[in-house]
Amino acid sequence: MDLVTETLDGSRYALARLISLVENGNSGARSALAALYAHTGHAHLVGITGPPGSGKSTLVNALAKKLRQQDVTVGIIGVDPTSPFTGGALLGDRVRMRDLAGDPGVFIRSMATRGSLGGLAQATNDVVKVLDAAGFDVVIIETVGAGQSEVEIARTAHTTVVLEAPGMGDEVQALKAGLMEIADILVVNKADRPGAARTARALEMVIDRHAPADRNGWQPPILQTVALDGTGVPEVLNAIAEHRDHLRATGLLAKRERLRVEAELLNVLQRRLLDQLISEVGEEQMAAWVDRIVARETDVYTAARALCES
Amino acid sequence: MTEQLRVLIAKPGLDGHDRGAKVIARALRDAGMEVIYTGLRQTPEMIVEAALQEDVDGVGLSILSGAHMTLVPRVLEGLQQMGLDHVKVFVGGIIPTEDQRALEDMGVAGIFGPGANTEVVSTFIRDQLTES
Repeated sequence: MDLVTETLDGSRYALARLISLVENGNSGARSALAALYAHTGHAHLVGITGPPGSGKSTLVNALAKKLRQQDVTVGIIGVDPTSPFTGGALLGDRVRMRDLAGDPGVFIRSMATRGSLGGLAQATNDVVKVLDAAGFDVVIIETVGAGQSEVEIARTAHTTVVLEAPGMGDEVQALKAGLMEIADILVVNKADRPGAARTARALEMVIDRHAPADRNGWQPPILQTVALDGTGVPEVLNAIAEHRDHLRATGLLAKRERLRVEAELLNVLQRRLLDQLISEVGEEQMAAWVDRIVARETDVYTAARALCES
Repeated sequence: MTEQLRVLIAKPGLDGHDRGAKVIARALRDAGMEVIYTGLRQTPEMIVEAALQEDVDGVGLSILSGAHMTLVPRVLEGLQQMGLDHVKVFVGGIIPTEDQRALEDMGVAGIFGPGANTEVVSTFIRDQLTES
């Protein structure tokens, strides 16, 4: 039996191997994904993002624990950065997810970014598909500790939760474009610390100003949690469920899905065409062009045109 | 993309000394591996489950409590039961010489004591994980 069939039959070992296959992006990965794709589209995809140390993993742990009490199965992907120098990575999201051990309704997988900069790994979307096809009701995707512009998660997830902690910047930080704008739900975690109310007020300003037209009237709620002891976590789960219902009722789910698929297709096409072109041109020729550009004999635009027309 | 080595670093049992585990995790990271760090007080069952989900090539166990002769066999058995015979197990900590031999006979691929050179450790682990 192949990995896809075994995964669909519920083998956790096959699932783990299949994720590695997909993550390593071998030719086997593409045919496996093709075989899986018809089985995807059932899971609700929840993204959790926010600065390092804001409590993302702890909140994921608390959310998953509550979901399990409702008999909802949960797949979790935790993304941490790859070193740009050595290619190594320290993946530490499991440290905060120990409550979920021993539960067959939960599957946790850590991923390194392997060079991607948007807060996710290149293969994260494909790993989501594998967990979706494996039958998990909810797939939670935890991004790397995000700064201001790691907004890729908004395209991957149906519902994006942006986490903040008190004392991490003034109102001007909250007003900047990027991370704050992608939130479907805003959470001020560590709300037992001083300054939580002030942080929530600063976020309130962002929400009022943006009133995003592409959300069909969804006003992102601002919630406060203490993820460590579970305070406020049921409210976050309710907000996620409400957002999911909103997406369905307004047709936004289908619209977002279409945009996501379009972006994904362009992305895959881009990579394929690039690979094809480079293999046709050959590494030597490529290096020669680079040398010529460095020597100011030509420029990148002229070189690119020549390469495309060759 | 070439296959990326993935290693789980775990601390089974009840002692709270995680410095060694962190130093090794850091060394393996710097050697280009993806290190899944699970933290303190893991049961052998938790470690086996994490090794399965993360599809790792190796598991490093840091034990300073003296309970290695109980904990290590349980991890080895668990891995075997799950069909993870290909996963190599390494042990770090304070392990008496006579126990070292016994652990190696059980199938432990490498044992490192206090003062082990991190570069030697990470090279040894890389060699062990790439030879199979």
